[in-house]
Amino acid sequence: MMKTFLNIVFTVALALLFSPAMAEEDSFAQLLNELGGTNLSKKATALDQLAQLDDERVLPTLEALMNNALYQQKSDNQFVFAESAADGMKITSVVTGAVLDEAVSSRDLRKIITNNSLRSRARNLVAATRLMNKKAEVREAAALELIKSPNIEFLQPLDNAIAREKVPAIQQALQVARGAITLDHPDEIERLKAVQAMDGFEHKQVITLLEQRLQKNADGSFVEPSALVRTTAQEVVDGLKKSEMFYKIIEDTFFGLSLGSVLLLAAVGLAITFGVMGVINMAHGEMIMLGAYTTYVVQLLMPNNIGASLIVAVPAAFLVAGLMGVIIERGVIRFLYGRPLETLLATFGISLILQQLVRTIFSPLNRSVITPEWMSGSLEINGFLSLTYNRLYIVLFALAVLFGLMLLLKKSFFGLQMRAVTQNRAMASSMGIRTGWVDAMTFGLGSGIAGIAGVALSQLTNVGPNLGQAYIIDSFMVVVFGGVGNLWGTFVAAMGLGVANKFIEPLSGAVLAKILMLVFIILFIQRRPRGLFALKGRFVEG
Amino acid sequence: MNDTTLINTTMNHAKVLENSRLGWLLNDVAGKRLLTVVLAAIVIIPLLNLLVPPDSFFHVSTYTVGLLGKYLCYALLALAVDLIWGYCGILSLGHGAFFALGGYAMGMYMMRQIGDRGVYGNPLLPDFMVFLNWPELPWYWYGFDNFAFAMLMVLLAPAILAFVFGWLTFRSRVTGVYLSIITQAMTYALMLAFFQNDMGFGGNNGLTDFKDILGFSLQSDNTKVALFVLSGLAVILGYLLCRFVVASKLGRVLVSIRDAESRTRFVGYRVEHYKLFVFVLSAMLAGIAGALYVPQVGIINPGEFSPINSIEIIIWVAVGGRGFLYGAVIGAILVNYGKTFFTGAFPEVWLFMLGALFVVSTLFFPQGVVGIVQQLKQKRAERTAFRTVAQQSGASTESTPANDSKILQEPAP
Repeated sequence: MMKTFLNIVFTVALALLFSPAMAEEDSFAQLLNELGGTNLSKKATALDQLAQLDDERVLPTLEALMNNALYQQKSDNQFVFAESAADGMKITSVVTGAVLDEAVSSRDLRKIITNNSLRSRARNLVAATRLMNKKAEVREAAALELIKSPNIEFLQPLDNAIAREKVPAIQQALQVARGAITLDHPDEIERLKAVQAMDGFEHKQVITLLEQRLQKNADGSFVEPSALVRTTAQEVVDGLKKSEMFYKIIEDTFFGLSLGSVLLLAAVGLAITFGVMGVINMAHGEMIMLGAYTTYVVQLLMPNNIGASLIVAVPAAFLVAGLMGVIIERGVIRFLYGRPLETLLATFGISLILQQLVRTIFSPLNRSVITPEWMSGSLEINGFLSLTYNRLYIVLFALAVLFGLMLLLKKSFFGLQMRAVTQNRAMASSMGIRTGWVDAMTFGLGSGIAGIAGVALSQLTNVGPNLGQAYIIDSFMVVVFGGVGNLWGTFVAAMGLGVANKFIEPLSGAVLAKILMLVFIILFIQRRPRGLFALKGRFVEG
Repeated sequence: MNDTTLINTTMNHAKVLENSRLGWLLNDVAGKRLLTVVLAAIVIIPLLNLLVPPDSFFHVSTYTVGLLGKYLCYALLALAVDLIWGYCGILSLGHGAFFALGGYAMGMYMMRQIGDRGVYGNPLLPDFMVFLNWPELPWYWYGFDNFAFAMLMVLLAPAILAFVFGWLTFRSRVTGVYLSIITQAMTYALMLAFFQNDMGFGGNNGLTDFKDILGFSLQSDNTKVALFVLSGLAVILGYLLCRFVVASKLGRVLVSIRDAESRTRFVGYRVEHYKLFVFVLSAMLAGIAGALYVPQVGIINPGEFSPINSIEIIIWVAVGGRGFLYGAVIGAILVNYGKTFFTGAFPEVWLFMLGALFVVSTLFFPQGVVGIVQQLKQKRAERTAFRTVAQQSGASTESTPANDSKILQEPAP
């Protein structure tokens, strides 16, 4: 008796506890079922009701419907999201979110039938739902989306959202989105409000929208009839353009810096081998290429860990290229010290051999290196300025490499030995430094850094046997321009050339900009044959 | 070593010049042999091609004649490079640019000769301009329908570039490795420029589809043989000119610049003037080589400007023997024959071969083929001398023939 009672109490308590969730569960599944029916008007009401639910699964469902990606399994009528995969369709349960199968034949699936009006209803509902989403970034993205494609249908959801929005930045974005819709409102006051709402909102689309209003019709009358609105709009546009220009300069500078970082990475290894040791290493580009191929191989070895592969590739590329450098130094260059032109020819021969080696092993075709997720995408500062992550990381990476190298040269014992050998070989030798060993290690260091540059470059360009050749001339230019034997010079030269290149480019085109840079350096060397930051002291004849 | 070489060289030359007015030619035994071989080739090969029936064993095919003609152009180019590198120490990694400029001047002439026989039938504009919708001929194409003007340009275009570039660089004393690197940048910049369609030189595809030269069809065997003979003559004349220059007093100043630039300057020579002269002369020779090359291969494109081409010229000279004019000719022909053979037989292996050639020749044979031959000769001479000494004791071993052939040996790096 007691037991039965307890049982009942327990059941009721359980039911009370879970009833809202269960009711929700029921309605979601039920509404979903209605979507599976054939009556289009019933589907429309089901959609509206679905949008009212406070459920995380609603948004993906609506989006799938909008994109024709919502299906039912023929076997058990279960609702699934389907996307094409390698062999067949990959399906995910709508209700549980679990992946059901990776390879289903499309014949086992039934598409949820929609029509244009249903899809556009879904689109509106998606927009409205997003505007009400709990996450701020989703709301902001939805508002920006609406600025890009203003549609009178969204006026009501926007007004609702404006009334609810607490975050000021999103509030402004919503106001601008509303303004984008009411820009051609018949009422002058409404139009003025719309224009004023856009004041100071830094987004390219706003400028486009306002400029459209400022143009003339075919018959000579203004698109915007009111003079007051026109002047206000003009002021807003002028203000925005000023800040756009400002951000454009920042963006160009950033682009230039990232280009400069690439140059820096490619050249800094050469600054060691050429700048410090005085060895013209024409195979330097091939060391970069080896680094890039190492990245490729590392990714082949760990296909499930692309994100981590890049981090593994950095030391791997350093070792591979560095080892090759040591072999080259011990095998060839050692016999040619003091004969720079002969060194140039011999290392050029080595570069040909390495290129052909790579061609024989990996085929002459380009290999693609996958960009890990954390490298793709961009950092949106505002509507005018967004910085892509891969460029951002390259800048940081180049700076880190330069800093690490300087630390090594200035603070470590090896760096001390290295500087001693380059300054006075005979004296260093008589102090007990193994000069041959230091030479090999220094050359290995320079080559290894070129290998690291290869890892970075593999993220920007195609990895092929000719990768190195594309950078060898640039690298030499940077080192010579910066002044031989000076890492700061290399840094300033690389960044300066990168930024200058980026600012000349819009005026003359990319190729001409490059030619101009080369001509500039050729002329510059005439003025200062020893580069920007020439070493001072008794260096009479090199 | 530099000082002794300088003194040796100068003394030897003085001796050579004392002998006769034509001493610069008559004392050059190996050079005379080489010229005889080239002369024989340009007499005999055309006969074997034109007169001997095709099924005969002695017939030389037109393809071979074209190939040999190409080698001769390369030989002239190698001479030009050896003149500045072997005798003046200027390692130009951009000499391909002068070669290509000469080639382009010739190509522009032949392009204008096509007239209305092009695909689009435009009497004035070359096909690629019609294709790119150019309204009229750009000003720098004017005059190229005239053969004499085009030939003048073959000389002037490389000469002007070399003059401007050389004047800027030598005056500011850019030497050695720095010079090599900026000459490479020069040819690289030119390559990028010529790849541009709006430069008006045919962009990527360059100039091609040539029909005739001075009214002679480029397809006919006679024209091809004539071009071959002309190339041979150019090599002979080029050799004589270079030989004359290096054996003259000017040549001795060049060698001293090579071996001790500062010292030469301190002695009172205007080093940059000498360098500029020989650089421009060398560029003109390279231009002529390019002009003879283009009608034989039928195309000129920006690829000729690529830095690797220029570096290949250096290897011809290095393999043949830097600082020996005949060595440059031998090297060019030898390496290019190897290239033709290996790219045909084992295309995979060629770059390995070429790379290894660079490494081996710089490490073990800094004097190239000529150096090897001379070493062998010297050893034999020493053996003979030794035997002589053994036979008649007390005789001097000094006047061996090896010493005479030591002229201009061992160029400093």
